[in-house]
Amino acid sequence: MYLDHAATTPMLPEAARVLAEQLVRTGNPSSLHGSGRAARRVVEEARERLAAALGARPSEVVWTSGGTEADNLAIKGMFWSRRNQDGRRRRLLVSAVEHHAVLDPAFWMAEHAGAELVLLPVDGDGMVDVDALREELERSGDQVALVSVMWANNEVGTIQPLDDVVALARRYGVPVHADAVQAVGQVPVDFAASGLDAMTVSGHKVGGPGGAGALLARRGLDLTPVLHGGGQERGVRSGTLDAALLSSFGLAVEQAVGSRAEFAARVGTLRDTLVEGVEALVPEAVLRGPRDPSRRLPANAHFTFPGCEGDSLLYLLDSAGIEASTGSACQAGVPRPSHVLLAMGVDEVAARGALRFSLGHPSTAADVDALLAALPGVVDRARAAGLATVGTVT
Amino acid sequence: MRVLAALSGGVDSAVAAARAVDAGHDVVGVHMALSRSRDQFRTGSRGCCSIEDAGDARRAADVLGIPYYVWDLSERFEETVVADFVAEYEAGRTPNPCVRCNEHIKFATLLDKAVALGFDAVCTGHYARIETGPDGTRELHRARDLAKDQSYVLAVMGPERLARSMFPLGDVASKEETRAEAAARGLSVSAKPDSYDICFVADGDTQGFLRSRLGSQPGEIVDGSGAVLGQHDGAYAFTVGQRKGLSIGRPAPDGKPRYVLSVEPVHNRVVVGSVDELAVQAVEADRAVWFADADDGTFACAVQVRAHGDAVPARASVRDGAVQIALDIPGALRGVAPGQSAVLYDDTRVLGQATVTAALRSPGATSGLVR
Repeated sequence: MYLDHAATTPMLPEAARVLAEQLVRTGNPSSLHGSGRAARRVVEEARERLAAALGARPSEVVWTSGGTEADNLAIKGMFWSRRNQDGRRRRLLVSAVEHHAVLDPAFWMAEHAGAELVLLPVDGDGMVDVDALREELERSGDQVALVSVMWANNEVGTIQPLDDVVALARRYGVPVHADAVQAVGQVPVDFAASGLDAMTVSGHKVGGPGGAGALLARRGLDLTPVLHGGGQERGVRSGTLDAALLSSFGLAVEQAVGSRAEFAARVGTLRDTLVEGVEALVPEAVLRGPRDPSRRLPANAHFTFPGCEGDSLLYLLDSAGIEASTGSACQAGVPRPSHVLLAMGVDEVAARGALRFSLGHPSTAADVDALLAALPGVVDRARAAGLATVGTVT
Repeated sequence: MRVLAALSGGVDSAVAAARAVDAGHDVVGVHMALSRSRDQFRTGSRGCCSIEDAGDARRAADVLGIPYYVWDLSERFEETVVADFVAEYEAGRTPNPCVRCNEHIKFATLLDKAVALGFDAVCTGHYARIETGPDGTRELHRARDLAKDQSYVLAVMGPERLARSMFPLGDVASKEETRAEAAARGLSVSAKPDSYDICFVADGDTQGFLRSRLGSQPGEIVDGSGAVLGQHDGAYAFTVGQRKGLSIGRPAPDGKPRYVLSVEPVHNRVVVGSVDELAVQAVEADRAVWFADADDGTFACAVQVRAHGDAVPARASVRDGAVQIALDIPGALRGVAPGQSAVLYDDTRVLGQATVTAALRSPGATSGLVR
């Protein structure tokens, strides 16, 4: 039973078929001969598909190797461009609950590139504090290089108030980037309508292949290149394009967006059953993230289980055949309390007992039933194990 | 059985886990993270606490096809092993952190958590044998390869924890056999160097580590008569039997090297003397843990006071949990320090373990009892 679709989800059958079909073809999309032209056509059709599905122009799509690279390009490329235009613009406003692919480049820029990093606080549901952003912009709007706030949070599923963020930033002429890796295919995502300047998309989270992603960059947005080389992708992102990967990626996004409404309704119902079941069977479990379904990704459920450690819960579920996640990154395999939960005001001890369940296109009611059947015993046992590790020291 | 295999990232624990899998057990690999800030511990392949080791452990688990988890026991390790190590040295004693780790982490926290999670046993790559005695009791024995035998550091666990332990390497003929088996199994750690030093002392510099924790505490180095021979930067950094690092300018009258005879934390004083004065005729120990019957009385045994030392014949007298160990040959042990672990053997079988509280010097030694 796979309940970790936010980590990665199986490829859509059509996307897998296209990938296999294209993999055996030869041709560098940058070559001028027939094979190259054929490959180029595949890449450009994929670009048009992806752009159309996400409300962008084809020329606004910059292919990358994945979400992490797109986030790095956005943070570093936008920061450097903005600061080169005006040396005062050194402030980097980033929500405290961003994925590490945004947070870590931001910390790196603060350490190595003279950025002044401002972490925007969030409320108890993980929703970014718009008033804090307003104060920050009022105080030093002319010194802000960019704002980066994710479309939806990967751990607790919170959908961020991007309209407010964009409206505020626009008032100060500050560009906004959003990591929309988790949002695409779950909530309506329209790049043009959003008013965003840049947006990150990933292939393998929507039923496409791993190793493919894109940064949508508004026309006219100045992006300093991070990868230098053959000058592909408007010179912003060099590197030979992989026609097979990108055609599969483009198709997956098109399909995920096309079936989004039906998918969201279906998994949303499953998720609600899951949440109700967990709360009925394990009353002390605490739902993290918004309870209001309109403010939360439909495929996401996240709990902390008091007295339990996430790794014990994971092991016990795994041995019961259920695959879930603590939702947060490891350091050398060591589970660390989630920065998202800590930013939401959850204390470190409670944060250790976190579990994320995320649904995907193959999910069924049987998956949820299996989880609910196993969970009470798992939680009891994990709690006992938690007690075992806090014995007295002699 | 459901078996938790502790995977350090080294070759021994990987082969032990492989043997547990072969034996038909349901095995899960766990790597213990013992340091919060990992660069504090050594890097490279010398110890058991680096990021490389966690990666090697994971790789071994993948090759064996078993689940792999990292358990963060760093807080508990700091409390029960590292802090104790520092406190013991500060008190002028000589601790063995590996014994302490087996007592409080591997066969305590790890084992307790494993049992709570439904495991039947913990499997490690220690070289020791578990035998079943005539009356059905589980006995801890030396490994077949006496050069690798680790029964000394395991003796502290006692019989209940032994019953939940599994040492699949107890009967291998040599470390080379383990390495060959690892290579044959496709385990990439087969040629990884052994670890020798204390895992949380990154560069092997124990004195430097203690100084960083305890600071500079200058004091005197004296001989048995109390004559001041030199200065030191902290008595805690010295251990009984130590020869190097005394930096005494004047040679001894007889020209022989000087050794640390005792460490006196109260006076922050280090007492030195000749090698003859280190000779011990009896050892007192307490906090005994028994595998055999522990009735008060006297019995013949062999006593070992260091992980890589010899066991020497002795008679042990037990009363109220304290043990008096008289050596059959006075002087058979030298430089025994309070805090060391004394393990009593009957041939290959571990009878029990106790912590040294005092060593009685041989006749001729000037300073008598060392406490």
